[in-house]
Amino acid sequence: MSAVMKPMAHVAPSQSRQWMSCHGEFMLLVVGLAAFMLFPQDLGLLTNMAAMSIFALSVNLVLGQAGIASMGQAALYGSGAYVAGWTALYLSTDPILGLMLGGLGGGVVALLSGAVMLRSTKLTLVMLTIAAAQLLLELANWASGITGGDDGLSGFSIGPLFGVWEFNFIGSTGYFYALGVLVLVYFLLRNLVDSPFGLTAKAIRQDPGRVEALGGRVYPHLLAVYTVGGLLAGFGGALTAQTSKVANLSMLDFQTSAGVVVIIVLGGRRRLSGAVLGTVAFMTIQHIASTLNPQHWLFVIGLMLIFVLIVLPEGLIGIVDQLVLLARRIGRKGSAP
Amino acid sequence: MSLTLLSSILVDGVAYAMILFMITVGLSMTMGLMRVVNLAHGAFAMMGGFLAAKIPVALGVPIWVGFVLAIGLVALIALPIERLLIRRFYQRDELDQMLVTIGLMFVATAGANVLFGSSLTSVPLPEAFHGTVDLGFRSIPRHRLIVVATGLVVVIVLWLTVDRSSFGIRVRAAVDNAPIARAVGINTKLIYAATFALGAALAALGGIAGAELLPMEPSYASRYLVTFLAVVAVGGHGNLFGSFFAALLLGIVETSMKYMVPQLASAAFFLTMFVVLLLRPRGLFGRHV
Repeated sequence: MSAVMKPMAHVAPSQSRQWMSCHGEFMLLVVGLAAFMLFPQDLGLLTNMAAMSIFALSVNLVLGQAGIASMGQAALYGSGAYVAGWTALYLSTDPILGLMLGGLGGGVVALLSGAVMLRSTKLTLVMLTIAAAQLLLELANWASGITGGDDGLSGFSIGPLFGVWEFNFIGSTGYFYALGVLVLVYFLLRNLVDSPFGLTAKAIRQDPGRVEALGGRVYPHLLAVYTVGGLLAGFGGALTAQTSKVANLSMLDFQTSAGVVVIIVLGGRRRLSGAVLGTVAFMTIQHIASTLNPQHWLFVIGLMLIFVLIVLPEGLIGIVDQLVLLARRIGRKGSAP
Repeated sequence: MSLTLLSSILVDGVAYAMILFMITVGLSMTMGLMRVVNLAHGAFAMMGGFLAAKIPVALGVPIWVGFVLAIGLVALIALPIERLLIRRFYQRDELDQMLVTIGLMFVATAGANVLFGSSLTSVPLPEAFHGTVDLGFRSIPRHRLIVVATGLVVVIVLWLTVDRSSFGIRVRAAVDNAPIARAVGINTKLIYAATFALGAALAALGGIAGAELLPMEPSYASRYLVTFLAVVAVGGHGNLFGSFFAALLLGIVETSMKYMVPQLASAAFFLTMFVVLLLRPRGLFGRHV
């Protein structure tokens, strides 16, 4: 009897932990609302942060969880942005439709390019992803008739959200829209990462050979992960295009790809919360330092990157973990009689 | 296609290829030897170019001397970077290596901006580089000829060094099997440092020689980073002749497209890279690892 009871006893804490971990979305919502109250002047920046966080979450899945070494994620992000722009220009100004089609655009580009690239590994894969992204950038530059070339795609308008809320001048609708999508994506992605699908992706990162030996199919699984990543990156790009009303070539370039990888490494590459934290830290530094001097900002971020890589392989989220642990220990000591 | 166009493509393509080769061969060597992806490599070329532009004016020495000083100085700067920073990342994965060198590139960009200003800087060339050489059927800018000659000298000297000298034997031993090389008494630390500095010096040489085609600016390292990586990837890292022929292939592809369909020149460049990597994942002359 006791032999039966024991495993059941093990189930209980994991269930309560699942409930506890919903705190992630809750925290995100609370912090997002607090930011809205505290920085009403910077809603544009906050909106960009939310959209960029979604892009960073996508890279977290592809690179942090599945270990697909990619430096060409901007291709997926930029595709989402352009598709959202085209949707608003030629099809419908409904933001949700544009968002969905933008995600689809990123997903299709990821599926097609991933199908070709994902048989490679390591350095070859890095180079292939860079080459594919650059190729797409050059093609977008060449096809200036439909992409707007160097000027970017602009002049589209976005209709009211759910047909009710207009995207107003101060940007509060845009912000709540982006924040809502971010919280939803975070929730879905967290469940995906904890599902057998996500666990298999992590296993592939740690040892693809062993997964193969256990009967897992590495290539199709990586392709599925990459496509989901493309979908999320497309959401991020579409959100950016819709809220800033422009899609341009810089969304496709190598700086964007490198920037988002820098973000997830700064924040902590193995954790979803690291992606959001990294985005907020990165863009805050960018915002403050670049208003002082655009070159200082590179200096600060460069040194910070080197520092994090040498001292904090876990990223900034590692510091937060340490602080939480410390607080718990102090709390326990305090409550002990 | 007329003969004039063909010869223009060949001259400019080969000159461009030699510049790419000189800048990237050091990157290819460090990747083959230390398995480190140094994305900041272009910064050494940039440093060389900027120093070569500033030193002759600042010290009042002839331009030639300025070039030599600039190249030597870049090698000296590279040494502590390898010893203090890059060394820590030999055992880490590619991504960490790429990111730490991206950080280095950012710092170099910001530094160049403070030291040399944010505008495009051209490197003044000695008298010998000016004018043209008449070959009978057409004349060629002397600068192109000197660049091609320098590139050929570099590939021959490097080949002799790697293939014939005792230093080359040690380098190849360290590439093939570093632990055994250490066990038989080869000082791999010294070899790593020397190779890194040599690669940086060659990048500086390429940066100076190529300043007419790839002008100096603080964002030089990131602007041409992808181009440099493409050459190394297509050539197969750690392979001298691989880099050489990859530079020739990519240089001529891009230059000929620039003459014929300029809008698609870069697209053709990256398409070539993509196709080569799909067919030969370790590059044209890559060795199996």
